[in-house]
Amino acid sequence: MNELIDFVAVAVVLFAIGIYGLVVKRNAIRMIFSIEIIANAANLNLIAFSRNLHNAQGQMFALFSIAIAAAEVAVGLGIIIIAYRLYKEIDVEEFRSMKG
Amino acid sequence: MADALFVGVAILTVGSAIVALETRELVYGAIALAISMMGIAGFFLILDSPFVAMFQITVYVGAVAVLVIFTVMLVRTQALFSIKEDHRRKVAGIVLLLVFVGGISALVLASGLNNPAFTKFNTPAIDVAAIGKQMVTYYAPVLILLGLTLAASVIGALALARREDIEQKNERVD
Repeated sequence: MNELIDFVAVAVVLFAIGIYGLVVKRNAIRMIFSIEIIANAANLNLIAFSRNLHNAQGQMFALFSIAIAAAEVAVGLGIIIIAYRLYKEIDVEEFRSMKG
Repeated sequence: MADALFVGVAILTVGSAIVALETRELVYGAIALAISMMGIAGFFLILDSPFVAMFQITVYVGAVAVLVIFTVMLVRTQALFSIKEDHRRKVAGIVLLLVFVGGISALVLASGLNNPAFTKFNTPAIDVAAIGKQMVTYYAPVLILLGLTLAASVIGALALARREDIEQKNERVD
């Protein structure tokens, strides 16, 4: 049978992969991928503990978290498209100035 | 111990998360990210949370993956293929990954989560009706705020993506 610790282990590995991507990658879209992976690791933890403690509030929190992550992706990709239009580049180290 | 289904889904999820970050073509990376999100939805199904699993598939595989693929198509140039990572940064990233895995694992094990009395799922699953009841009673204001947040983010994304130069040209024609 599956145990809580297995799900926590997978969430830890996913979180570490996300941190690796945020540190190493300079492509803005790949940084969004990393953020999504970290958010999903957090959601997995929420659902696993909700199942273990028999508490519906963990699932509610995960639902809200998924919706907020979707909003964040929409705005993040909009910002990337603006930056691409300004700099013709999606490498974050090329985004030197913040002026429009 | 974990069963075979769990191990399969875990390999799928972690493997495609790595592929999403490491593949050269960004489009394949977006598809691998969608597969990884499907794997997370599979975990939710294993954890007897079908409603959250369906929500995850709808939002991540249905909306976010399509959004990312469209963005990749819009910015598809040389910029996507020029990988200018230096080797040192990559080694540092892998070291950081291992430090995080080791550190958090040590923390989790030290916290007593591995205690057999706690780590087993010995309570019944939560049914969907309980979630629905929570959503319309205690969490109703949060639900409304969430709807407003989503509306604001969509309006913000539209305002960001507006081309002012083209609009000014159109106004001059009128």
